[in-house]
Formats: sequence, structure tokens, C-alpha cells
Amino acid sequence: MTALPQSSSAHGAMPHPASAGGAAAPTLLVAHGLVRRYAMRRGMLGRAVALRAVDGVSLTVERGRTLGLVGESGCGKSTTGRLVLGLEPPDAGGVTFDGQPMPPLGSAAWRRLRARMQMVFQDPLGALDRRLPVGAQIAEPLAIHRIGAAAERGARVAELLRVVGLRPDHAARYPHELSGGQRQRAVLARALATEPALLVCDEPISALDVSIQAQVMNLLTELQDRFGMGMLFVSHDLRAVRQVSHRVAVMYLGRIVEEGEPDAVFREPAHPYAQALVSALPHPGALRQRIVLQGDPPNPAARPSGCAFRPRCPVAVALCAREAPALQRRPDNRMVACHLAHGEAALRKAA
Amino acid sequence: MSDAVLARAAGAASRPPVPLFVRAAAAWVLAMLAVALLADVVAPYAYTTLDLRNRLAPPAGFGGVWAHPLGTDELGRDVASRLIMSIRMSLLIAFGATIIAASLGTALGFLAAHFRGWVEQIVLALVDFQASLPFLILALAVLAFFGNSLPLFIGLLGLHGWERYARIARGLAISAGAQGYAAAVRQLGASPWRVYGRHVLPNIASTLIVSMTLAFPEIILLESGLSFLGLGVQPPDTSLGNMVGYGREYLTRAPWILLAPAATIVLTTLSVSVLGDWLRDRLDPTLR
Amino acid sequence: MLRFLAIRAFRALLTIVLVVTFAFVVLRLSGDPALLIMSVDAPPEAVEAFRRAWGLDEPLWVQYAKYFNAILHGDLGRSMRDGRDAILLVAERIPATLALTLPALAIKLGIGIPAGIYAALHRNSLADRVVMLAAVAGFTVPSFVLGLVLVLVFAVQLGWLPSGGQESWRHAILPVVTLGLGGAAVLARFTRSAMLEVLGQPYIRTACAKGVPWAAVVRNHALPNAAIPTVTIVGFMVGSLIAGAVVVESVFSWPGVGRLLVVAVANRDLAVVQSILLLVAGTMVAANFCVDLLYGALDPRLRGARAS
Repeated sequence: MTALPQSSSAHGAMPHPASAGGAAAPTLLVAHGLVRRYAMRRGMLGRAVALRAVDGVSLTVERGRTLGLVGESGCGKSTTGRLVLGLEPPDAGGVTFDGQPMPPLGSAAWRRLRARMQMVFQDPLGALDRRLPVGAQIAEPLAIHRIGAAAERGARVAELLRVVGLRPDHAARYPHELSGGQRQRAVLARALATEPALLVCDEPISALDVSIQAQVMNLLTELQDRFGMGMLFVSHDLRAVRQVSHRVAVMYLGRIVEEGEPDAVFREPAHPYAQALVSALPHPGALRQRIVLQGDPPNPAARPSGCAFRPRCPVAVALCAREAPALQRRPDNRMVACHLAHGEAALRKAA
Repeated sequence: MSDAVLARAAGAASRPPVPLFVRAAAAWVLAMLAVALLADVVAPYAYTTLDLRNRLAPPAGFGGVWAHPLGTDELGRDVASRLIMSIRMSLLIAFGATIIAASLGTALGFLAAHFRGWVEQIVLALVDFQASLPFLILALAVLAFFGNSLPLFIGLLGLHGWERYARIARGLAISAGAQGYAAAVRQLGASPWRVYGRHVLPNIASTLIVSMTLAFPEIILLESGLSFLGLGVQPPDTSLGNMVGYGREYLTRAPWILLAPAATIVLTTLSVSVLGDWLRDRLDPTLR
Repeated sequence: MLRFLAIRAFRALLTIVLVVTFAFVVLRLSGDPALLIMSVDAPPEAVEAFRRAWGLDEPLWVQYAKYFNAILHGDLGRSMRDGRDAILLVAERIPATLALTLPALAIKLGIGIPAGIYAALHRNSLADRVVMLAAVAGFTVPSFVLGLVLVLVFAVQLGWLPSGGQESWRHAILPVVTLGLGGAAVLARFTRSAMLEVLGQPYIRTACAKGVPWAAVVRNHALPNAAIPTVTIVGFMVGSLIAGAVVVESVFSWPGVGRLLVVAVANRDLAVVQSILLLVAGTMVAANFCVDLLYGALDPRLRGARAS
């Protein structure tokens, strides 16, 4: 039985494009200024209104490290995940993977690139073909990308199953014959089949029972340690993101409003929205003041002027309505998009 | 132990027995298929054989001879033999047309789902066009312009109902492609051929088959209607509708000439419909 | 709402254009239109004049434009049989067809819809089973078989009614009944399933749970919602007022548009076929457009915002 190579750099069996200096650069993926618009119609005689699901998002994912992307439903984090993989074309901005720009969606180059970047979906049952046994589906990426001879694939599938914590006899089962946690493991096995350098997980545990969630989270961290994959972990579950990420970014209404080390961000959030999110987490011990946001939930089709969070922000000032804050680095290495978080200096400068 | 195992046990217990009339329908359909396949062997006479001494003989038991169990027509041709050949012809046409319609419709549905944009608009416009004319009129117009050979006739009938398959294929392909397994496989790097051929098509096959079973009787009715009008299957070939058409002139004197094929049309259409409804209820209740 | 109607109107026009194009393409594909439209023994000068008038030696798109123009002016060629304008020939048959299809429509609506509603409201009762049986019979028994059987029973065996032709009003009874019963069966089945689907919805249960009397629930909630899909099929039936009797007219030798069409097809009298095709398409499109209008009025979901 061939063992999967343990690689600390995420090359595995795939040849990588030559990068300057020979050694692999730590930055795996760079997204800059991503914008994604959808057209919507307002009212009966509606004029078309552009809805910006993603409005200028820039982020980087490093090899072997996880970037957590957190926010409420509709903030654009899933769309960001899809843009990063090239599953949707951005209306502005671009994505660079391993130094190369993302090929256009559907092209042969794009398809080949799939072997190096994979997605784990929220709904494992929907992501699997109910008519085929999971073993065949796990082997499918190998067949698509013509990895290994057909005879060896069975052994490879068994190895992958073992790695994700399933038994080899699970290969003959159909998706509906597995439990939710087992299905998600099977989906993971399939995603890992080509030893991708990047894994984008879009709410991978939301559909699972709470007791299974912890197991799958542990599995993800284990797999990352073993294969050195870069990971983009998208979720609305703050605790899961905290557990698994090396860096976390908070999104609101299509923009990143705060970014930093998870423990730091959760202990002392800088952006008022992040503060409200964190305060909503049940915290054993000292009773923290719960921040309840006033105002209507955000409507991406009706973006407020200036800072998008302004209508609900408990500490908004006049400047916030005039000028949208940019995501800037603070001295303590935190990135925040808020006038007030950067202190009096920013306020005075802008006044 | 997964909940799926429990579900399987429950499912096996609650599966209802096949109703009697469904079994009867299945038996009739099998009989018709057997007749169609074995026509040359089963028919007592060649369907053009004349027996002029026994012209217009009624069926056996109503005053006729046993040599011609269903009677004879105005030229002394055995009704039973002609009926058997007609069954073969009508079933052949119906199968051919159904398969053509299903293939055409599914292909167009996939194209619309895959490319979206203007390709989809064209397909939808074609669907509108098809729905804007009663098919009979369309068929008659084409027959008028192009005349009437058998392959053309089958091809023409193959245009009936393609829009149903197109709608199904398009709808299911889109939903599979947006959030489902097709999106996942495409995201693995599969080419569109692989996505549609190995994943979408097997998954929608049962829905398509049910649709085909429901459309099959409509084609039989169409074909027999057109043949009845003298515009479908032309002599010397004979089909069920054909026989009714020719038997009409002898309605008063020899009604059995048209009653036998008429009854066959009704029973066959009924049986296939019953089977189709039952299949649909079993396999895919979401289909209307 | 306006936008919705504008789209529908545009699609209706587009469909008509498609039908005209279809007729043009089919006409050109099937041979020399001049010889086909004019009768075989037309004098060569007439054929030449026709060619020039239709620009048959000019580029294809010019021909198409002229063809379109001719149609807009009602010039669809002359019938091969008696040389009269095809469109006139068709027009004078319309009343005869309507004499059958209009009463038949009344039967379909008057019997079919109430039967379907009743069957849905009394599901699995004897009445429901009878209606379903009748519906299945209506679907599986082709109109010509039904017609011939009726003739056999009522005209031949019982001698009560005449079997063909158009001499008196009694001649219309059997054809109308044949048409009406078949359509009533289809409509009953459809109405029943539409009602059943609506009755199974949660909002019906909620209305009952609120204490609304059943009759009011049916009247105010079930019927209007079931009307929406039913309207589509009724629209189709209205659209087939002219074309729906092709087979029945042949069975009963009734001199209407349908009979004319069959004869024209057999004789390859293309001008007549073309005229009927366009007439039928126009009627259908108009009927469907009215259905769309009704939809817009009946279904509030269509009046509101739609995401593209």
C-alpha cells in the first residue's frame, strides 16, 4: 500500500510552477480588490439595481496556514470563497494563485488547476452523487486528472479513507448510507485526492451535529499539519473559526472590517461590529456586557453612505457618514476599517 | 449505526403491493410487445392475402368462420393478421418517435442549462413556439409541405413533446449545477461531457423514463389520428389508425373492421398510461 | 406589472414571427413555391408574375421581407382547387367550425370544471372514482373512436340522430358531444389535480384551524389558487377554437376549417394550408396572451418585484 507523502511544503506529487528563488514562497494565494455584483430588480416597474455581494475584498492565504473568514449570513463570505477559487469571475480585482493569475472559468487551464485547489461544501449530501458509491467518487479526481494507473487507484482510495478516519469498507457505501459526519469525511477524502495546495471550506460543519463538529474540526487541523495545505475557512461560527485559524478576517456587507490574530481579535475586537459579534458569544465566568445592535439588518442593495455599518453602530460619529473607512494596519498589527479604532489621530486627520 | 439503515428497513416494510389493474396493464403491454416482435410468426395470414370468398365475414362466434377469428374486410383480408401487423407498425412508430423526442429534448435542455445566456433564450423561444401551435396542425402543415414517407413521419412525430424533456433536463441540470453534485464534480475539474454524461444524465434518467412512458400513448393517439385521416401511414403499410380509417366506410355493414383496431388503440393507450402513472408515483412523485 | 406585460407581448409577437418564418422556411425547402402555390396548370405568365411579385429570384432575405409583407396584407396565395383567395376560403369556413367548437367549449367548461372540483373535494368517494374513470377514458379514447362509436350507437343502431353532414341542427349534436366530452374529461382531470395540490397546502389547513367554514375556505382560498393553472389549459382550449375540430369534422363530414385543412393537406394545396397555419397560430398566441394578462391579474406574485 503506497503511503501518501508527508510534505511540509504543499507540493505532494504535483509539479509546481517555478517561483523566483527556487524555494516555494510562503504566500499561496493573493486576492486583491475583489468585487462581485449581481443585478436585482427593485419594485414592479423596477430599475435594475446592482447588489454588491463582495465590495473590494483583499486577502492572502499562506501555505500551511488557515485564514478564517467570519460574518453573518449575506455578508458575502461564501461569494468570496467562490471568487478565490475562480468559481465565479470577479467584476473587478483579481486572484493570483502561486504567482499565476487565475485562468478563466471553465477553460482547460482552469480545470487543470482544480487539482491544486479544492472546495469543501456546506452540504455533504448535496455534494455527492447519490447514485455512486463514495469510493468511486473519491477516486473520480484521480480519473479526471489522470493521476496514477487505474489499478492503483483502489489502494489510493483506501489510503484516503484511512486518513480521514473512515474504514476501507466504507468505499462501497452510498452517500445516503453514511451519517452526516461520515459524508463530510468522504467529501474531504475526495478533496484531498489530488493533494491540493489550497482548501476552501465553506461552512463545512454547519450541517453537522454538534458532537460531530468537533471531530471534523480536529480532522481539518490534523490534515493541514500533515499535508501543509493553505486553508480558507469560511463560517459564521466564531468558535470554530477561532479554533482552526491562524488569522481571522471579519466581513460585513461585502467588506472586510477587521483582520488579525484570532485570540487577539476575540479577546479585544477593535471594530464595533466585531465587538458586537464577540459579545454575543456565551462566555463562562464573568458576565460581559452584551452589545445588542439596533436598526435593520443590512441590505446589500441599499448600501448606506460612508461606513456601511454606520446605521447600527453604537459609537458612530459624523465622519462615519461622510467617509467610508479603509482597511488599515494599526500599530498592534491589527487591520481595522474604522475611523474610531485608529484613535484620535485618524479623527483629527479627517476632520 | 446510521439512520439510513433504519430508513431502509422501514421502506421495505411499507412498499405497497402492485394493484391488480396495474398488473393487468403490464400484462397487456407485454402482450402487445410480444405481438409486435413476433408478428411474422403469430399472424395466421400475410396481411395482404385476399380471401375473396369470405369477404366481410363477421368475427367467429358472430356468424363467421373460425379461419378468420376477427372477421375479414372488404377484400377478404384477415382482420386479425392485419391487426397484428398494425400493432407492430404503430408500436414501432411510437417507440421511434418517443426516443427521438427524448434525445432531442434532453440534449437541448442540457445545452440551455449549460450555456445559459442566449442559447437558453433560443431554446425557450423554441419551446414557446412548440406550445403556440397544436401539434396536430403543425404536423399537418409539415405533411402538406413535405409529403409523406415513413421516416419523415416518424421524425415528425419525434418532434412531439420534446419540450417536456427539455424542461425537465434543463431544470434538473440547473439545480444540480448550482448547489448540487454537478457543481461539486465540475469543481473537481471535470469536463462538461463528464459532468452531464456520467452524473446528471444517470440521475435524471428515471424522471425522463417516466416522462417517456407518459408521452408514449400520446404519440400512439397522434399517429392513429393522422393515419385515420389518411395522412399518416400509407398503404400497403397498415397501422391501427389506418385500419379504423378504412373500416369507417363499412361502419354500417361490417363494424368489426374498425372496432378491433379501435379497441386495441384504447386498451394499449390505457395500459401504458396506467403503467406510467404507477411508475411516476413510485419513482418520482414530483413529476406532474 | 407593465414590464411583465411588455415582455409577454414581445414574446407573443416573437412567436408569430417565428411561425411565419417557419412557414416561409418550410415552403422554400419543399420545392419551388411559385409552382407549389399556383396550380400546376397555371399559365406561364401568371407564374412569372407571381415570381416577380414575390421576388423569387432575389436574395433570400428580400424574399422573406416580401413574404412577410404579403402576409400582412392578407395575400397568402390562391387555392389550387378553385383559384380563389386562400384566406377567403378559410374565412368562410370559420362559422361552421365555431358552430361546433363553441358549444363544445361550453360543455367542457360546464361539465369538466365542476366535475373536477367536486371530485377533488370528495376525494376517494364514488363520485371521485367515476370522474377519474371518465377522465382516463377521455384521455385514452381518441376522438375519432369516440365519434365513430357514437355514430354506431345513435345513428346506425338506434337511428335517432343523423351520422354526417350539416343539414340541420340535429346534425351538430353528435360532433359537439364528441368534442365536448373528450375535452371535459381532460379538464376534469386537470382541475381535480390542481385543486388537490392547492388543498394540500399548509395555508388551507391554517384557514381551517382558524375556524373559517369549509365553504368559505374553498371559495376564498382554494378556488382562486387552483384557478391559476387551470386558466392556462382553458386558454389552450380557447386558442384551439378554430383548430380543435380537425378530426371530428372529418369523422362527421362537417364542412368546417378542420375538414378544409385535411383536404388541403391531401391535395397539397399549400396556400390554404399556410393560411390555416397562420390563422391558428394567431388565435393561439392571442389566447395565450390573454391568459398571461389574466395571470398577472390573478397571481399577485407576478405583480411584485422579480429578481432577474
